[in-house]
Amino acid sequence: MSLSRDQIAKRVAQELQDGFYVNLGIGIPTLVANYVPTDMEVMLQSENGLLGMGPYPTEDNVDADMINAGKETVTAVTGASIFSSAESFAMIRGGHVDLTVLGAFEVDQNGNIASYMIPGKLVKGMGGAMDLVAGAQNIVVTMTHADKRGNSKLLASCSLPLTGVDCINKVVTDLAVMKIENGAFHLLERAPGVSVEEIIEKTAGKLIVPEFVPEMSFE
Amino acid sequence: MAGFDKVVDTYEQAMSGLTDGMTVIAGGFGLCGIPEGLIAQIKTMKTSGLTFVSNNCGVDDFGLGILLQEKQIKKMISSYVGENAEFERQYLAGELEVELTPQGTLAEKMRAGGAGIPAFYTATGYGTPVAEGKEVKEFNGRQYILEESITGEFAIIRAWKADKMGNLVYRDTAMNFNPMAATAGKTTVVEVEEIVEVGELKPMEIQTPGIYVDRIIKGSFEKRIERLTLAKN
Repeated sequence: MSLSRDQIAKRVAQELQDGFYVNLGIGIPTLVANYVPTDMEVMLQSENGLLGMGPYPTEDNVDADMINAGKETVTAVTGASIFSSAESFAMIRGGHVDLTVLGAFEVDQNGNIASYMIPGKLVKGMGGAMDLVAGAQNIVVTMTHADKRGNSKLLASCSLPLTGVDCINKVVTDLAVMKIENGAFHLLERAPGVSVEEIIEKTAGKLIVPEFVPEMSFE
Repeated sequence: MAGFDKVVDTYEQAMSGLTDGMTVIAGGFGLCGIPEGLIAQIKTMKTSGLTFVSNNCGVDDFGLGILLQEKQIKKMISSYVGENAEFERQYLAGELEVELTPQGTLAEKMRAGGAGIPAFYTATGYGTPVAEGKEVKEFNGRQYILEESITGEFAIIRAWKADKMGNLVYRDTAMNFNPMAATAGKTTVVEVEEIVEVGELKPMEIQTPGIYVDRIIKGSFEKRIERLTLAKN
């Protein structure tokens, strides 16, 4: 079975380490916050200028001046700090964020990512995505392995305009976990019940498959 | 106005000198931390052909969106603009110019502009459509693109508190682009929730020093929420 959005988030949460500063993009990445292990401390960075983003507020605590990068009302955790957009992107561009998780339309075997623009459709903008992929040392992309028509999103070369070049290390899809290294995807894990053959079939880029591919574990 | 007292009483005074074709740097992220009354005043003034430098362009009936409806904006320099149907219509009809700029690059363009730095190199956007036509230079084995900074005839920003000399404090994430915008305007106008006496703000807590601020007006804010999200239970 392919993973649900929440299961993808749960698997990405295994990439977290105690003491990490983490930036979570919009969509599936946001869900990762729900699966931070209870024995671990992480600080969530929101690029509009908040380090230490907390959960959504109760009705009594809603404050229009307290939002995240998705423009949602949020709270700040104890120990949080608030700063300007320039300061926020100094953290991001300067490589101070330990882990960045974001979505994409396409990723290719050279670590290029396309995530903000589909020609012919209205371009809404890249927001902070280009800065995030340029600055982070450690980026995990979450997405479905193939689009609704079954076309692979893991390509030899991205077909859409790029968000960044040679910057993606790891991809977690509904079917598999892969790292990107030396011009190829390397299959690390498969979703429970998903065959290696299905992953090979749905990966258009170069895929290195080891002899044994473990199933993801959610323990 | 006497000495360092920068407080004005009317929105006409706050925005006087703004004329057609000027560039305006605006603080705010989405609808958070926007100078609502100053935007409304620009609508009243019917100034047109404006270039706005702002992370977003409001929604159809609020924020900078109200200036789009009146066709007062010629060009937007923004990182994300998708929240607005009239924006889409004007853009697709070729009535509105848009320069999409990565969010961190946009913040840095304002910061550098205000700091007298004409351009800077950044890795952001290298190898993407943003890099088209820009100089590329290698530092320590990595490729960077040259981005030019931005200044404007006006900057319009929102702060929480100002003293009469224009020393500013922001409230929570309503800070966002406001401190950089404040530095990048030839004339910087700040709309605040509260004006306090000089001396009430401690020197070390001031987030924007008054030297960047030219005019202060006390506003009253709707503070519209773009996406209300609540804790479950």
